[in-house]
Amino acid sequence: MPQVPAENATTAAGRHGGATAWWGKLHGLGPVIGLVLLCIAGTLLNSNFATYDNVMNVLTRTAFIGIIAVGMCFVIISGGIDLSVGSMAALIAGSVILFMNAMAPVLGSPMAAVVVGMLLAVVLGAVFGLVHGLLITKGRIEPFIVTLGTLGIFRAYLTYFSNGGAITLENDLSDIYSPVYYANLLGVPIPVWIFLLVAVIGGVILNRTAYGRYVQAIGSNEQVAQYAAVDVHKIKILTYMLLGVCVGIATLLYVPRLGSASPTTGLLWELEAIAAVIVGGTVLKGGAGSITGTVVGAILLSVISNILNLTSIISVYLNAAVQGFVIIAVAFMQRGKR
Amino acid sequence: MSVAVEFRNVTKEFGPVRVLHGVGFALQPGRVYGLLGENGAGKSTLMKILAGYESPTTGEVVVDGAVRAPGGGSRAAEAQGIVLIHQEFNLADDLTIAQNIFLGHEIKRGPFLDDKAMREKTREALAKVGLPLDPDTRVRKLIVAEKQLVEIARALARNARLLIMDEPTATLTPGETERLFALMAELKAAGVTIIYISHKLDEVERTTDEVIVMRDGLLVAREATASVTRRQMANLMVGRELADLFPPKLPAPAGGEPAIKVRGLSVPGWAEDVSFDVRRGEILGFAGLVGAGRTELFEGLLGLRPRSAGTVEIAGKPVQLKSPRDAARHGLTYLSEDRKGKGLHVHFSLRPNLTLMALERYAKPWLDPAAEQAALRDAVQEFGIRTGSLEVRASSLSGGNQQKLALAKVLHPGPSVVVLDEPTRGVDVGAKREIYHLVQRLAEQGLAVVVISSELMELIGLCHRVAVMRAGRLQTTLQEPNLTEEELIAHATGTR
Repeated sequence: MPQVPAENATTAAGRHGGATAWWGKLHGLGPVIGLVLLCIAGTLLNSNFATYDNVMNVLTRTAFIGIIAVGMCFVIISGGIDLSVGSMAALIAGSVILFMNAMAPVLGSPMAAVVVGMLLAVVLGAVFGLVHGLLITKGRIEPFIVTLGTLGIFRAYLTYFSNGGAITLENDLSDIYSPVYYANLLGVPIPVWIFLLVAVIGGVILNRTAYGRYVQAIGSNEQVAQYAAVDVHKIKILTYMLLGVCVGIATLLYVPRLGSASPTTGLLWELEAIAAVIVGGTVLKGGAGSITGTVVGAILLSVISNILNLTSIISVYLNAAVQGFVIIAVAFMQRGKR
Repeated sequence: MSVAVEFRNVTKEFGPVRVLHGVGFALQPGRVYGLLGENGAGKSTLMKILAGYESPTTGEVVVDGAVRAPGGGSRAAEAQGIVLIHQEFNLADDLTIAQNIFLGHEIKRGPFLDDKAMREKTREALAKVGLPLDPDTRVRKLIVAEKQLVEIARALARNARLLIMDEPTATLTPGETERLFALMAELKAAGVTIIYISHKLDEVERTTDEVIVMRDGLLVAREATASVTRRQMANLMVGRELADLFPPKLPAPAGGEPAIKVRGLSVPGWAEDVSFDVRRGEILGFAGLVGAGRTELFEGLLGLRPRSAGTVEIAGKPVQLKSPRDAARHGLTYLSEDRKGKGLHVHFSLRPNLTLMALERYAKPWLDPAAEQAALRDAVQEFGIRTGSLEVRASSLSGGNQQKLALAKVLHPGPSVVVLDEPTRGVDVGAKREIYHLVQRLAEQGLAVVVISSELMELIGLCHRVAVMRAGRLQTTLQEPNLTEEELIAHATGTR
């Protein structure tokens, strides 16, 4: 996992002035402390919580939302938002399955069909992100509106392609594809490795490249960035494409899990991804944020639902309510930061 | 109609920082006071206390013989007739002028707003400040100088008995400034007390009866204006002898290819057929009234506004500049007049601000924070940026030091041509002097420098030649011995 970026540490400290710098540092650690407390509570409440299997289970389930949240983190820091990621994931999943089913006989090799299909998932994500970026920058439409529109469009097309039912991957393909979700490397499931990789790369891009600095500059004050010779349109488009690629990666990991896509695939993923970013300490207004926080935020939210599943203190049906309380509590603690 | 005010041993602390150390003085009604002091001297804080935006940590404010109760806020102060006109505008962009002027003090008929009455009163107030605009104009559409006048009109509509003006002429043209001075004389005759904060000592000398000088949170002098010279005022402010404000002029470079050559540049609605050259080592000034199109001309040059005609050559090569990025790539950078809105990321720390325009240099491909930090240390040294720590946010620097950081930022890519738009706006005398010497040094190093300024003395003291714009057209280019205040005003206002 990428280390806490020096950049964010300094801005957080500056916020409160020198004398209260420790408080700024503590602020950044809030999500981590929350996660640790939750894990202690989980261990005390149920002895199964701290088992290796359960931990891997939680991390694997976190992987999809977590990977999308890393991309979402960039979009939110740049001052944007993408509401369509859940629908986008569903449409990509359906398209990829249809593609694999259709191409296996044509290519003559199920293996080739699966590999090309996985690539297609990433390419589709990038293309959808490009369309978002172009509409938002060149078309000068609010990101909220653009992605609210595509949220409906993507899911409607999936529903159309699937005739309202499910699109299912053929069995032979499914057998070849399933290790992408189910296999382990050094005892850790593949999706968790990919999640880790995406997070590390995301952290490096955000904190150690000119592009990452520009993303923060645009989110903090777009006009200053423009006057400072930053190519604002290009950077924003790239940001939506980066999120699209993340959605593509999350989807290609998700498809082999069930081997099908339906109108309920990826439902509400956008809210979970945004919630993970916000719980991780990134401000919705943009300008500053951290990938580490986002990763912790994503894990924290799925640990909550895991604990509710394992214990009977609070009904599982209240899962979303508990997560909602956490989001509001975090936002409450962050108020006045900017 | 008049109000008497007294400060009694007022102190103010922000956390561990004490900005006022026991200030006490009284103001008589119906007089004009000049309040002087460098940035950070505590004058703004004292005035915010008077206007109710802050409350003193200890001490008290006495108004008309009664100690003001704490916690009333600016509303209570306004009820006493004390109104502060902010240096940074407090106007809601999407509301109309009339809605802004009556914001929080709406006139009502029964449960409904009486728009007609408010519009009428707004029209009266606008006429007083000499701003012939429709009260239904949205504030978003106004230029900076007009917003300043709306702020003043708002204070008038509140029936102010004591008016605090913080740098009111920073954005005004000479004509508008004259009108403001006439208005101040009228108000004074009507018994209104005026506290006038300005760095422009000639204005203070002209308009005030007494000057009150603050330094480091203390009152250091109070004199009848007639008994002190401008030089004495400046010395009282900085607490030491101020060496000459402007560096001695170097001879203008002769001959050689111009570093930038602009021909027939038109920016629709703002500038028409403007041509000029700047040589390496030359400082070219741009004078003109607000709205003459100077800033917009250069925004057009940088591709921030559409151009309808014109060619640009940099170092002899024709260039097509579509964005500030193109311009920077060709060695042309621009310092905006709007430091907080377009110049600096005030929420960022100093390092990312400094390196933003030259980030490619630090990305190979990974950013090198150590190299950035070294560059920041050098810049702090070279530009004389005074800061307690290198890790603070830009917003915690004083205005003058923010401006030095903004200058360091636009110079960091190593441009061959640099355009400085109002480089000393809202900056105290000491920092001004440093900036003037810096500009001179840049020219000496062979940069072509363009200075856009509304302060004529600044243009005369600094520039080799001054181009004068009026209503989007280049009227003339003046140089010694014709480079005088009278000539500049005559061409800028079109009386010649």
